[in-house]
Order: sequence, then C-alpha cells, then structure tokens
Amino acid sequence: MKQGNMLAMILAGGRGSRLHELTSKVAKPAVSYGGKYRIIDFPLSNCANSGVDIVGVLTQYESVLLNSYVAGGGRWGLDTKDSGVFVLTPREKAETGLDVYRGTADAISQNIDFIDQYNPEFLLVLSGDHIYKMDYSEMLKAHIKAEADATIAVIGVPIREASRFGIMNTDETGRIVEFEEKPEHPKSNLASMGIYIFNWKLLRKMLVADMKDPDSAHDFGKNIIPQMLADGKTLLAYEFKGYWKDVGTIDSLWEANMDLLDKKDELDLGAYSWKIYTADVSTLPAYIGDKAETDRVYITQGCECSGKVTHTVMFTNSKVAEGATVTDSVLMPGAVVDEGATVIRAMIANGVRIGKGAVVGSADSEHIELVSKNVKGVE
Amino acid sequence: MAKAFGIVTSTPRRVRVYGLQDFRSAGAIPLFGRYRVIDFPVSNLSNSGIDNIQVFIGGKYPRSLVDHLGTGRQYNINSKRGRLQLLYCEEDSRNEAYNTDIANYLANRDYLERMEEEYVVVTPCYMVFRQDFSDLLQQHIESGADITMLYHKVSNARDHFLNCRVMTLDDEQTVMSLSGNHANKQSQNIFMDTYIMKRELFLTLIDKTAAFSSAFSMSQMLEYRLGKTDLVIRGVQHKGYFAAIADLDAYYEANMELLDQKTTRSLFTVDWPFYTTTTDACPTTIMEGATVRRSVVADGSEIEGDVENCVLGRGVKVGKGAVVKNSIILSYVEIGPGVHVENEVVDKWTRITRTKEMTAPEGKTGFVRKSDLL
Repeated sequence: MKQGNMLAMILAGGRGSRLHELTSKVAKPAVSYGGKYRIIDFPLSNCANSGVDIVGVLTQYESVLLNSYVAGGGRWGLDTKDSGVFVLTPREKAETGLDVYRGTADAISQNIDFIDQYNPEFLLVLSGDHIYKMDYSEMLKAHIKAEADATIAVIGVPIREASRFGIMNTDETGRIVEFEEKPEHPKSNLASMGIYIFNWKLLRKMLVADMKDPDSAHDFGKNIIPQMLADGKTLLAYEFKGYWKDVGTIDSLWEANMDLLDKKDELDLGAYSWKIYTADVSTLPAYIGDKAETDRVYITQGCECSGKVTHTVMFTNSKVAEGATVTDSVLMPGAVVDEGATVIRAMIANGVRIGKGAVVGSADSEHIELVSKNVKGVE
Repeated sequence: MAKAFGIVTSTPRRVRVYGLQDFRSAGAIPLFGRYRVIDFPVSNLSNSGIDNIQVFIGGKYPRSLVDHLGTGRQYNINSKRGRLQLLYCEEDSRNEAYNTDIANYLANRDYLERMEEEYVVVTPCYMVFRQDFSDLLQQHIESGADITMLYHKVSNARDHFLNCRVMTLDDEQTVMSLSGNHANKQSQNIFMDTYIMKRELFLTLIDKTAAFSSAFSMSQMLEYRLGKTDLVIRGVQHKGYFAAIADLDAYYEANMELLDQKTTRSLFTVDWPFYTTTTDACPTTIMEGATVRRSVVADGSEIEGDVENCVLGRGVKVGKGAVVKNSIILSYVEIGPGVHVENEVVDKWTRITRTKEMTAPEGKTGFVRKSDLL
C-alpha cells in the first residue's frame, strides 16, 4: 500500500516497575500477554491494520529484547517498500551530546529529524503498553472532520475510578475544554488513553519551544496538552468503545489474561478482520495428554498439557506434567509445572520450573503470586 | 555458496491421496495441525544450508501450494543469497503417461542449466522425514558414487507403501534393483525419491531419458539402466521417522503416529525446526465442560465438546456435546453441537451440523469433502 500521511510514534520506554521481576530485564511493552503475544504487538498490529506504515518505537529502559523484537517490522507486515518499524533509542547528538528521554514529549522532540524525513501531515502518538484493538484511521477521520489541532482518544471509566486517570472535560461537540490529571473530584469519566493525533506542523513548533523551556517536564499530559488548551487550540476527544487495558500490576496483568477466558468476546482475538500479529515461532501445535483434565484453558503452540488445568492461560511452550494441578493461573512462555506440583492463583514467569510436588500460590490470597525463580521439588 | 541446489519434485503419478488430493497437490496436504507436507522437504533443504530451492508444481490445482510457499521467507532462506523458485509444470491432459518428472524438468530445463551449484539434491514433496543433506552430500562425495539414493527399511511393505518404489542393494550398498512395491514381502527398502548427483549428470540423464521414452520417469530410467551402465549408484539408509503420504490410509496413519509423543520428539527437535506459514491465529480455547484427551490442537480453535485421539487444525470449532474421536479435522471445520465424528478425515472449511453421525467403521478411514455442508 502506498504511504499514508500519518506517522506513528510508540512510546515504549516505560519501566513498568510494578510488574516486579517481569520487567527486571525487559521493558513493559515486551512483557508477554495472551498466550502468544507481547503487549507491543497490539499498537503495532493496530498500526498495520489501520494503514499506518511508518512506526517509530521509542525505547529506553532495558531495551535490548524490545529493540530486537520490533526491528524490521516483518512480523506486522510493516516491511514493504513504503513501510517500516524503526527503533529510536536516545543517541548522542552533535549539539547536545547524549541525553536520555526526559519525558514523553521530549522523546518525540529528540526525534524530530526522523519524523521530518517523512514529512507527515499528522503524527499519531501511542503508548506501547496498552492492550486494545483500535482503528486509528477512523480516529484520523474524526480529527480531520472536526478540523482539530489535536485529538485525544478517551474511554469511559467508572466514575469512582476516574480520579486515577487523566480526565478530559468536554463540551457537547466533544471538544475538550479542560484537562485534569488525576482529579480528586472528577467532572467527567472520560479518561485519556494516551493516544494522540497532532497536526505535525503545529506540534513540531511547540516541541521546539518546549525543549528550550527549563521549567517543563517535557510531558504531553503535563505540558503540551495544557499549553494547547491555554493557546485556545481545538482539541477533540475521540471516544473509544471496546476493550482497553493498561496492565500496570501483576494483578491486572493476570486479570487481563483471564479476560480472554471470562470475557472472550470483548477483545475477540479470533476476529479475522483485525488480527494481532506476533512472532512466528517454529513449534508443534499444542498437545493434550491422555490423562489431561482441562476446563477453561487458553492454550497455544508448543504447549504440552497432561495435568489437571482449570481456568488458566498457557503461553507458548509451557508445560504441565501428569498429576500436576494448575488453577486460576498464568503460565508464561516456557514455564514448566512438574509432576504432582500444585499452582494456584499464580503467575509463573518465563522459563520458570515448578519442581515435582511443589506448591505455589494459594486459593484465598489477596494478590496473585508472581513466581520468577525456579521452585525446587519436594521428594 | 552451498555445493548443491535443491529440487522438490511435484507429485508423482503413482501417488493418490483420496479426496485430499482432489483440489491440491500432495505437497499442499495439511499435516499434523499446522503444517503442510511440503514444509518437511523444504525445511530439510533450508536447514542443510541449501538456499537455492526449486519447487516443481504440477497438477491442475497449484493454488494452495503457491499460496502456502509464497516467497519462501518463512523457511529461513536468505533471499539475497538464494531463493525459493516455483517452477510450474503443465499437465498433459491427453495421456497421464506423459506426466513424468522428466517432462517437468524438460519444461524448465533452462532454469536447471542456469544453476551454478555443482550438485543437485532431489527430494519429493509427499514424504515426511528429517535428513541433513549436507551430511548426505558429504557421504556422496566421499564414496565416489555417481548417484546416491536414500532409502528407508520397513517391515510392513505388504500392506503399506504400496504407491512407493522399492530397491535392493548388495553388501557394498550398491543399488541392484529398483521397482514398484508388488506387496510380495514385508521387509523392503523403500526408495525415498531422494537422490544426489552432479548437475551435469542430472541434465544428461534427463535428456537420455527423454530420448528413450516420453513416459519414463527418472527412477524408471535408473531402474532400466541398473546393471547396464558404468554409473555407480549407491544407496544410503535413512534412520528415524519416515512417512510417505502416498494414499489416504498412510496420511491418516502418519497423523496418528505423531500423536505418540516419543515419535514426535524424535522428528521435531529444537536444532532442526520444521518451518511453516503462520496464519496469525490466536490461541485455542478449551471451554467449560470440554474434554480433550491425547490430541494435538492447532491455534485458533474453540472446543466445547469431547475430543479424543484427534489432530485438530487451526480455527476448528467443536460444539457442546459433540464427540470427535480418532479423527483428523483440518482447519476451519465446524463440528456442531451433539455431532459424533469418528475415524474420519474431515477436509477444510466443512461444517457438520445437520448430520449427527459421521463415522467410519474401525480400521477404515472415512473422508469428508472440503467446504461441504452436512
């Protein structure tokens, strides 16, 4: 397809420290989700499916795995003549030396030269750690129709939770009149999803000014958006209806995985018209053993399931041996549960082995137990 | 550059996989949930460091094979150093006898001549095995033979491998005879339709065969010339898993054999991956009340019923209360609530919802047509 007029930049530098050991060596966008995906597959597949061909991925924290994962873009079909996925890490520059990305806006500012190469009319700014399916071309249509300077995707959240989000107060036409970051007394329930469309010319000007401002936090939510409102620019709230999840904690990551079993149709990963693309691994299909007992299991390539598995998401190459019991749990890629072991309300990290007869997690725990080191078996 | 280029031949005349081959060539037959048979020869070549691979595509229905192979990048071939070249061979509709591998080679002779590698490795599209061809080529060179042929020793040739060819060898591993399998004894050396020789010799043999008979295949020519020639033709025994998808029963058996974990682990190892084309299907959901036992399930399926001793392709739906046993269910098949399927091969995109019983007697392989509504 010929190149469009909107370029995307994915902010993927987040540390995700509340995911504990899961993000000790990998950035949050590279965390595994949903059996065979990584979180960043969602914005990247959304771009591919929306006809956004050029995607810059801004990485910073523990980015080796993430950089090698997204480089090339072939996994999402973004490797044609007019498309590409480009990894943009902080780099040494002639005038300023090496600088880390100081904020979300600064990450874009430091790559103005990259964006200028393509001279797009619109810039789409995305977050690399959200799980959702969205057609950005529809959002662009709304942005153009409203003759907006910027459009921010919002989602309705329960009003009692609204004080955890950046809230957009809008007029009856959907135009944003006020933006409040984590308001104590929210006036609306429309939370920012961290998805922005900007007219590139205007944003570019603002970013250049912002870079020079010593008092700025160089952040879209804290600086750029309030500045635009103060300047009387037209900011449109684009309401998204559908499944959207920001998985900040082990509990919410677990829950998002369980949603695939419990609220199957909401994210609907099986829809042929809007597939989520991911790494193509060369493994056998899933094998289910002759003594297996399976009840509500999300299972994928390379899995071997011979035990009693209930209400569990099994990721690529995870294995449950005969006589093992796994309940209400998430087995990340390559996790192994040996004979007679019991796993309950737990998340077993990538490649971790639960030894013979060991017990991890508990049925009445308040939080999901993350197991990120091998657990020895009991003989 | 590798010393050899690879050829994957099109389906030989004698191979006939009932039903499955009606709309696709043998190489395009889906196998074991997520593969097609041709993934095995192409992966073997690629894993052996052979980057130039020619796939001969014959038959009336090349679509599924062309679709599946595409540019070949899924096979880990460096597209600058090599390529997967699809060579089409038109079928002669006047007489099936004309449709030989030699006719295919002649139709594409230019492309064979242009290859720069000294040797050619020829391997068929319908057999499943793993073989390091760089080892085999090394053996071939060291032995001083003109032609090296790969065979597999079996002990059930009376009622298996009936569409295959068999060979005898002397103590020095020299090939003494080559013929069809006349089902007259159990113990046979099945010719794996795989051979290595110099490209020059290959071209010479193609021309000589064509000059001798328009209906001769390469292996018939070799059979005819054994004992009448100075060529040294040597056999090498293949060890490990081997299946020839040459008829429907063999197809069914190969799938069933691979349900045995020990067998599967001997064929599929981390250091020798078999590549295939991804469809980006999401994982499979085994729902409440479903029972799945001793089965292989590809991605994108939704199972609500009972599945036992089965191979399920991608995107298969098994409804509530359905019972599916000892069957091979290809991709995108829907088995409706309460439907009983047993001992069947169900081809792609078929929906069985109105017929409640679709079973073949024990020991027989049933077949349900593609895209059917039952």
